[in-house]
Amino acid sequence: MSARERIAGNVASYVDDRTGAAAWMKKNLKKVFPDHWSFMLGEIALYSFIILLLSGTFLTFWFDPSMREVVYEGEYLPLKGVEMSAAYASALEISFEVRGGLLMRQIHHWAALIFMAAIVVHLMRVFFTGAFRKPREFNWIIGVGLLTLAIVEGFLGYSLPDDLLSGTGIRIAQAIIQAIPVVGSFLAFFAFGGEFPGIAFIPRIYTVHILLLPGIFLALITVHLMLVWYQKHTQYPGPGRTEKNVVGYSLMPIYMAKAGGFFFIVFGITALLGAVASINPIWLYGPYTPGQISAGSQPDWYMGWLDGLVRMSPPLEPVIFGYTLSLNILIPGLIIPGIIFTGMALYPFIEQWITGDKREHHILDRPRNAPNRTALGVMSLTFMLVALINGGNDIIATHFDLSINQIMWFSRIGIIVLPPLAFVITKRLCLSLQRADRDLVLHGRETGRLVMMPSGEFVEVHEPISPEKAWLLTQHEQKAPLELADLDQRGVRRPGLIKSKVRKRFAVAHAEQVSKPTVEDLKEIEHH
Amino acid sequence: MKKLSKYRRHRVVAPLLLIAALLGIGTTFQVAGATTTSVITAEERTKAISEGREIFLKGCSSCHGLNAEGSSISPSLIGVGAASVDFQVATGRMPMADMSQQAMRKAPVYNDEEVAALAAYIASLAPGPEIPTDEMINYERDGSIAEGGELFRTNCAMCHNFAGQGGALTKGKYAPSVMGVKPVHIYEAMITGPQAMPVFSDKTITPEEKLSIIAWIKAAEKEPQLGGVALGRVGPVTEGLLVWTLGLGLLIGIAVWLTTKAK
Repeated sequence: MSARERIAGNVASYVDDRTGAAAWMKKNLKKVFPDHWSFMLGEIALYSFIILLLSGTFLTFWFDPSMREVVYEGEYLPLKGVEMSAAYASALEISFEVRGGLLMRQIHHWAALIFMAAIVVHLMRVFFTGAFRKPREFNWIIGVGLLTLAIVEGFLGYSLPDDLLSGTGIRIAQAIIQAIPVVGSFLAFFAFGGEFPGIAFIPRIYTVHILLLPGIFLALITVHLMLVWYQKHTQYPGPGRTEKNVVGYSLMPIYMAKAGGFFFIVFGITALLGAVASINPIWLYGPYTPGQISAGSQPDWYMGWLDGLVRMSPPLEPVIFGYTLSLNILIPGLIIPGIIFTGMALYPFIEQWITGDKREHHILDRPRNAPNRTALGVMSLTFMLVALINGGNDIIATHFDLSINQIMWFSRIGIIVLPPLAFVITKRLCLSLQRADRDLVLHGRETGRLVMMPSGEFVEVHEPISPEKAWLLTQHEQKAPLELADLDQRGVRRPGLIKSKVRKRFAVAHAEQVSKPTVEDLKEIEHH
Repeated sequence: MKKLSKYRRHRVVAPLLLIAALLGIGTTFQVAGATTTSVITAEERTKAISEGREIFLKGCSSCHGLNAEGSSISPSLIGVGAASVDFQVATGRMPMADMSQQAMRKAPVYNDEEVAALAAYIASLAPGPEIPTDEMINYERDGSIAEGGELFRTNCAMCHNFAGQGGALTKGKYAPSVMGVKPVHIYEAMITGPQAMPVFSDKTITPEEKLSIIAWIKAAEKEPQLGGVALGRVGPVTEGLLVWTLGLGLLIGIAVWLTTKAK
């Protein structure tokens, strides 16, 4: 035994004697994770979160969350002598006087945008592959919670510098609070500690932004990851992969190296963006005063869909018993997002109710093999995309020489017409892909080689596909829709018939499939 | 003379001589360098007006009418003043390329003399805002950048965007970018209110404040790209676009690369 080994052994046994970690480590360092690029999307979100914690801590050293009025005497000449809040002045100080401050601010903001985008693509992967099915429903709900909180956290973050754009955003948030019937005005006064903008809001959202929400994030992310650890990672179907095993690489050393390396890559790309591309140039926006506004005031992209919904909303403001009910804000600002996020959180249970499937699932679906779910996902994304496009309607209008009114009308009609259309098209595409899979299994791969037969006929040579591929294309289960009898054994109508009829309707739609080739089909083909 | 020469070594002589010399030089420069304030004779003015009328009849009257009285598709030009003509024609907005939502800035069709003649002709029809002289728009001397920024954000940014990049108005109209516009044209736009823009009279925004606004716009034009590529200075839309294309594109590309099996 060399000296080095002896020292390492001594240190290890010293730690183990006091923590008993060795047995746990021995078991868990060998834990196997499946390998696929789409399993790393959540990792991007996790690493961005770490970058946000680090860069955010740096920013707190100089940021002064105060609405105290100061006269700017800093380095940036076009604002010299302008009255502003201490919050804005300190954000300018971070940008122009603190060494590396502007880079850190930009890294923090780019990391936030990447964080949100990574959460959304991670969510899309989980949805389209059915990874939310039993036993992972709770983790899905935690994920939806994280997404919702992240949107709030991002909004609070870009509201803090108290520049003209962030003040405009806070004003809209206040309008949405005020639109809540009966209690709206009271809630707004409560949140702002009086009239808008007041002096209480910035210090309050600072505490929420740097303490409360990051704390909740840490807790939820920990539970999110512990559940993945405990329930084991899902895997894509393939030969040798079953509901009882996980095929992949062990945590130590392969995954440690891959994940550790990927962290530095995410950090590197975020830092690159922070170094070369300007984001949230607060010095150009100027300090916030309620009397000013800029053309093209937009929220960050993850709030853009919400802004787009508000922008396309018709001016519905009925007066009921002498009170104005601002449906024009209430519906797009609270009711539609409420329905979307509640529906998203409950989707695993809704699907379970439709299929009646109570079994555990660890093998992922190929999206084409769940046409109804895939179509539903694309439908929701289409809805969001139309809303998001309308959120940037003024920028689109000026840059593509279009009329803002026409874009608004396109969005108003499109948000109703396009999602169902996307649903139908996606479902048809999925079924077509299933049919293509079936053809591939039965007739093999088209090689592109044309052979002239002695009779003069040309035929294309088909090559049989590999058994692995054939297995992949035929492994999925094709369940018949849930049987729901209208009458019970004695011929009496069951209670809750309408509910049952709806369920039956959904079940039939959900189970629509192109039947996969059977052994008999294959044998018949071979016969020819 | 003898009396005078006995004082020639007096201690006040040198300063006096210096002052006299400076005064002399200064006066000479002042006289030699003074721009002749455009005192044009009546004949010259008449000539410019008749030239302007010629150009007007050829290039403008088909829409604005033979006597600039306007028509169903275009406004009357009687009383719009020389400033309005200078702004519209010298920035290429008039004559219009087509009957679209609004006249766009483009390469001017007429040269400086022709624009001046047209302006003289229109000004001769009825009194209106005059073209400001170079002396009036010395924004570097009379304007304050920081004050101009405040004024710009209060009065202009709601249409022209926080950095003067322009913005959308209703039904395809737009507030154009104010970058790269001559100071005199910015001034004229404020006093004449072209197209959808309101008139900012000297009571709303004083002439000095107008110069401050011009000073801020010129500073914004020259402002270096402080945080890196400016992404058009139009706010978060382009930032979101960059994150979804370059940012996430790179990250997902690398994730695919990391999980590729060695062949």
